[in-house]
Amino acid sequence: MVLLGIASSTIGTFAFLRKRSLTGDAVAHSVLPGVCLAFLIFQTRNLWVLLGGAFVTGWLSILFVDLITSKSRIKPDAAIGIALSFFFAIGIVLLTYIQQTGLPGQSGLNNFLLGKAAAMAPEDIRTMSLVSIVIVGTVAVFFQPFRLLSFDPDFAKATGMPVRFYETLLTTLTVLAVAAGIQAVGVVLMAAMLITPPAAARFWTNKLGVMILLSVLFGVAGGILGAYVSFANNKMPTGPWVVTMTSLLVVASILFAPGKGVFSRWWKKRQYRNKVQRENLLKALYHLEEATPGKQWFGLPEIMEKRPDLSDALAGQLRQLQRNGMIEQSQNKYAVTPEGMTEGKRIVRIHRLWEMYLTEKMNIASDHVHEDAEAIEHIITPELEERLAALLDYPEKDPHNKEIPW
Amino acid sequence: MVMSDAFWIILTGSLVAATSGLLGCFLVLRKMALVGDAISHAVLPGIAIAFLISGSRSSVPMLLGAAAFGLFCTVLIEVFSKRARVQEDAAIGISFTWLFAIGVILITFFADKVDLDQECVLYGEIAFVGFETWLGIPVAVWTLGVLLIFILAMIGLGYKGLFITTFDPEYATTLGISVAGWHYLLMSSVSVTTVFTFESVGAILVVAFLIIPAATAYLLTHKLKTMLLLATLIGITSSILGYYLALWLNASISGSMVVVLGVLFIVALAVSRGKRMQISAFS
Repeated sequence: MVLLGIASSTIGTFAFLRKRSLTGDAVAHSVLPGVCLAFLIFQTRNLWVLLGGAFVTGWLSILFVDLITSKSRIKPDAAIGIALSFFFAIGIVLLTYIQQTGLPGQSGLNNFLLGKAAAMAPEDIRTMSLVSIVIVGTVAVFFQPFRLLSFDPDFAKATGMPVRFYETLLTTLTVLAVAAGIQAVGVVLMAAMLITPPAAARFWTNKLGVMILLSVLFGVAGGILGAYVSFANNKMPTGPWVVTMTSLLVVASILFAPGKGVFSRWWKKRQYRNKVQRENLLKALYHLEEATPGKQWFGLPEIMEKRPDLSDALAGQLRQLQRNGMIEQSQNKYAVTPEGMTEGKRIVRIHRLWEMYLTEKMNIASDHVHEDAEAIEHIITPELEERLAALLDYPEKDPHNKEIPW
Repeated sequence: MVMSDAFWIILTGSLVAATSGLLGCFLVLRKMALVGDAISHAVLPGIAIAFLISGSRSSVPMLLGAAAFGLFCTVLIEVFSKRARVQEDAAIGISFTWLFAIGVILITFFADKVDLDQECVLYGEIAFVGFETWLGIPVAVWTLGVLLIFILAMIGLGYKGLFITTFDPEYATTLGISVAGWHYLLMSSVSVTTVFTFESVGAILVVAFLIIPAATAYLLTHKLKTMLLLATLIGITSSILGYYLALWLNASISGSMVVVLGVLFIVALAVSRGKRMQISAFS
């Protein structure tokens, strides 16, 4: 299972990046007729012979999909569906045909449908090892061209790279991995071995090398966990548990991965919302001071009147501002500290500068610029602010004739 | 009135092919062919759970269980691709293989309690269709017949809605037609059809009946109504020819039917190519 995990996760990464995840599914279904034909023709259960047959029909199915999509107006998804069910049906016809011929040694062929990892002989494991080495080795050697092909096939073609050759090589490796793994996990679940680990890995990184390593890691982890479950309770089938475990790893990645994960995105959003609320609050306090010079202590009702939209979060954000040393509190009244004043001034300055910029340089009417400035004031960095101010030649007043504080 | 087994098998096959062919047209046009594939795999745990709870092979609980999981699968795909931003092909792949894996686990784990044969689930046994009868007509023919009438009624009554949401969802939205509503109606019909048909043709070959007749018809016409009709006819033809192919080879009947479907598709591909080359030669 570990070997299979390594081989299929490596090659699956490229299929994933090229948005060809479901070709793996088509290939997995299509190896069945190959296995049956090889058995019928050579009358042996020798793994190499069956693998050869699987390899041939797996390849044919990909050619068939290409033929349909290039020669007709049928979309790739339907083409994959047609290829996989057609080849699979041929496989089933052959399989049932073989079953009634009573040829010796035909009983094990069923394993190709649902897979039986436990039934694997030492020879099968040797084959798997060889296939894994070939796949990992080829990927290591051709890493650069494969990377280019996955991310920018048009550029690859433009540089005169033999794109066809590398595409064929990748496809060959995919078919090889499927053909070798199918006996262990069966038709449907083989597709999962190709698709699921890279999908999990994609959440953790943007680098191809790291993604392949992580994908292998997830594939292997799923393999070990799944094998452990079926080992602990021998009524449990291995393949499905491996897939279930790997899928759980995907769900975990979706939720917890830094950067792209759901929680991480939620957390970032929350952080940003809090920052915006605090900045708006400081701005409100600045406006209050601006309106009533000399007065420094403001009660909650006054602040709330200024920013009714913040009323729910007001208490919490005031406490946070106090902790940051931006405001002071005394008997339910609040005053802005010098630090808070500087920060509030900065926000108001950016806001008014932006309004100025929109009216002066973009020719937008002055009664249309406020909303936009409300959003941009939380985003503009000090460098951008400086350039903006220089561009406008350090204006004194904004379009609404309010002073721009420096 | 005693009919031969052959007649019932061909009739069952035709009903399966006609029902799924009709639905398949919409799947192919909506570029959702593989969602059909996904649903047909994903109903497996639903069937297993329904079996476990009700302890019978009666249709009602199975139907509910499978329809629930079929819908669950489409929701799962949506969640993976929209909420978690997994690219769509991978989202489909993960969802259905996972649900299928759970289904296989359930079936093997409760194998002594569940009288569900793995192979039967995978490729069905249409040959036993004549075993269970009611009023002299096989039960499968009754259920599939009712299903076909149901689907026909849905397409007949909802033709406009299906048509508009398939070809121009944005226009449909501006007209106030619920695109999501029709989407889920179609998806539940696919789930239900999958359950009814899986016993005769198996989970994987349902896909063939959903996609291939529709795709073949799509090659031959530009009109939706003609396409629906052609898909049905192609399905029925394959069921008749497939039966005799299976008889000749003494192999799986449903498998043979799909092989015939595949051959018909290749013929249509060649014909439509030939036609197009003729047109380009004249112009």
